[in-house]
Amino acid sequence: MTENMITLTIDSETVQVPKGTTVLKAAEKLGIHIPRLCYHPKLSLEGACRICVVQVEGFSSFLTACSHEVWEGMNVQTNSPEIRQARRDIVELLLDNHPMDCQTCDRDGICELQKQAYRLGVRERLFEGKRKRFPIDDASESVVRTPEKCILCGRCIRVCKEVQGVHNLSQHGRGFETVVGPANLGKMDDSACIQCGQCINVCPTAAFLEKDHTERVWQALALPRDVKHIVVQPAPSIRAAIGECFGMPIGTPVTGKLITALRRLGFDAVFDTNFGADLTIIEEANEFLRRMSGDGPLPLLTSCSPGWVSFLEKFYPEMIPFTSTCKSPMSMLSTLSKTHYAEKKGLRPDQVYMVAIMPCVAKKFEAARPEHAMEDGTPYTDAVLTTRELAWMIKSYGIDFQNLPDGEFDRPLGISSGAADIFGATGGVMEAALRTAAVKLTGDELGPLVFEDVRGVTGLKEATVNVAGKEINIAVSNGLTNAKTILEAVKSGGKQYHLIEIMACPGGCVAGGGQPYPPFDMDVLDPQLPKLRAKALYQIDHDKQLRRSHENPAIAHLYAEFLGEPNGEKAHALLHTHYHARMPRGIK
Amino acid sequence: MSANVNTDNWPAIKAASEAALPARVVEFIDGLKGQTHSESQLIAILHMVQAECGWLSQEHMEAVAQLAQIPLAKVTGVATFYHYFRLQPRGKHMINVCLGTACYVKGADKISQRLMDNLGIAFGETTKDGMFSLESTRCLGTCGLAPVVMIDDQVHGPVTPGEVSLILEKYLKKDKAPKA
Repeated sequence: MTENMITLTIDSETVQVPKGTTVLKAAEKLGIHIPRLCYHPKLSLEGACRICVVQVEGFSSFLTACSHEVWEGMNVQTNSPEIRQARRDIVELLLDNHPMDCQTCDRDGICELQKQAYRLGVRERLFEGKRKRFPIDDASESVVRTPEKCILCGRCIRVCKEVQGVHNLSQHGRGFETVVGPANLGKMDDSACIQCGQCINVCPTAAFLEKDHTERVWQALALPRDVKHIVVQPAPSIRAAIGECFGMPIGTPVTGKLITALRRLGFDAVFDTNFGADLTIIEEANEFLRRMSGDGPLPLLTSCSPGWVSFLEKFYPEMIPFTSTCKSPMSMLSTLSKTHYAEKKGLRPDQVYMVAIMPCVAKKFEAARPEHAMEDGTPYTDAVLTTRELAWMIKSYGIDFQNLPDGEFDRPLGISSGAADIFGATGGVMEAALRTAAVKLTGDELGPLVFEDVRGVTGLKEATVNVAGKEINIAVSNGLTNAKTILEAVKSGGKQYHLIEIMACPGGCVAGGGQPYPPFDMDVLDPQLPKLRAKALYQIDHDKQLRRSHENPAIAHLYAEFLGEPNGEKAHALLHTHYHARMPRGIK
Repeated sequence: MSANVNTDNWPAIKAASEAALPARVVEFIDGLKGQTHSESQLIAILHMVQAECGWLSQEHMEAVAQLAQIPLAKVTGVATFYHYFRLQPRGKHMINVCLGTACYVKGADKISQRLMDNLGIAFGETTKDGMFSLESTRCLGTCGLAPVVMIDDQVHGPVTPGEVSLILEKYLKKDKAPKA
């Protein structure tokens, strides 16, 4: 034990850490937070920004704390005047080549560069030099790239490559002209990008942002009500996370306040994406049972995550026949709002304006897909706001979110079971599907409710569940490198899987590309973040009367009144979609 | 696993990629299959493409990415990092302006500007008619002739800004003259 432990001194305090620990980690053990920008605990080392430099006895030059491992007897100074000066100089040089438009920047107040500059004591601009000039790339439906705000830390490149397995970004050129972007420095919409938005989450500045939809929503909300009837639907993950934007602890469920805030913003009807989720389960469970009976290929792959769907089309088009044809909960609810709901309300479909609040930026892309448009070409979902965008709108409107009274969703498209709430967590779609499938297979209305094997934020989970004497092999993956692993296993044909849930983002929708940035003392991709948010969803589920999607009375009524049979002709026309191989083909 | 519908576009992409590259390059990439760290051969592959084709087109790089299964962003990232790789077709004549110390103090910047104005291109580019490519270089070892401009393998020096158009004209004329 002891021979694998290293004793060193940091700022005159002695600390013992395992061999192989970096100086940065060893310092953390003593409660010393060495500043960092390019470093990320979940990504490979870059050593690019140099902000974490420390002074080590016996060395004339400074060493980077993130990339140097400790050694026996090492004596480290993290806060000498020389070090503080060096760090300040480094940040000043970064700022020298930065737009410095903080007041009008989307990340004002939540920018890591801004915070580091303040913490390190940069109080004036000493250098004035050449500034790099690059155009903004806003061709993508989801992700906007602003290279002038990039500080070349490389986090986006690493998350795209290491966590998502997409590898759509690289540094191009060299020296002062270096710029991060997709292949050939082309446009993001013409690249291997799958729109998951994890680059936005890990970017310390505003070099990556979601495509803004707030302006179109403000405009819609200002229209006379006989022109547009404005409908909104928040996804399950929003209620577990948006409280963070208003100073509430991570994992505070705020469903009631969220509904009231949406009403105050002026939405005419507040529906729940959960209703769409319950409907998805009915359709998907039926699709699954049909395939289990031999009609169609297995395993069935879920299709709720639009980042995953893009990945499927660009990286694994050969797996398209295995993927569920079910639209996502958002698109199902949008479709119903402009068909059945509009009809009952006596409105034309084009009078309904649908705004979806999503934890996801890829949903903006999904909404714009021609497959999700009405016959005249207008989309079923008119605008998709991320959690961050909605939080900003609420603040901008002067709504005191924390002290809002609780509201309730409108009926019937706001009624949902607990199975729908857990859609936001990795494994949630699987669990919801199993709850319904188990009842359908056994005929026992008191079938199992909780499937512990599929819970938790592990990247890849596998289990075999026994339902009505049938062994069902399931797998749940989040983060697309894990999806690769499971898809390759399916392709090699070793084990027969029956049902696989795939979510693009690490941790599931609760840690989606559109969710609030974590507090400054927490890293994006910290598993605690999706864990705490998911806990809120499981709590909501636990506290509900209805726990299974097919128990939702509004769903049963909808089939009886409008849709007919699950997977039937009308359900197929309205609630199902199709996929196609998309170029450029990504490299697995 | 079994599916009745075939949605795989790989055979088509593979065929198109193979058609876009010289056979020697395709063979070389094929030979890397199964080798450890075969992706580290990327620069060697790009060298070979440029040797065969004179430059790296987007089509070339896309084909390399697909056949070698190296992400395209990585391929173009590497190709744009090294000065050696040409991302535009090479002109018939290669103009190299020396920007070494001696040439620079003797006015190489003025020569460069005159060349760029005359040709209507910047360093690293090729004229629309495909006649000239413009590049800069550091010290050709002929400092006594500073400032010098090397066209193909011919060194011109000392060059004055006024002489630039005369020199270019000479090359254009030579190309137009009927072959003896």
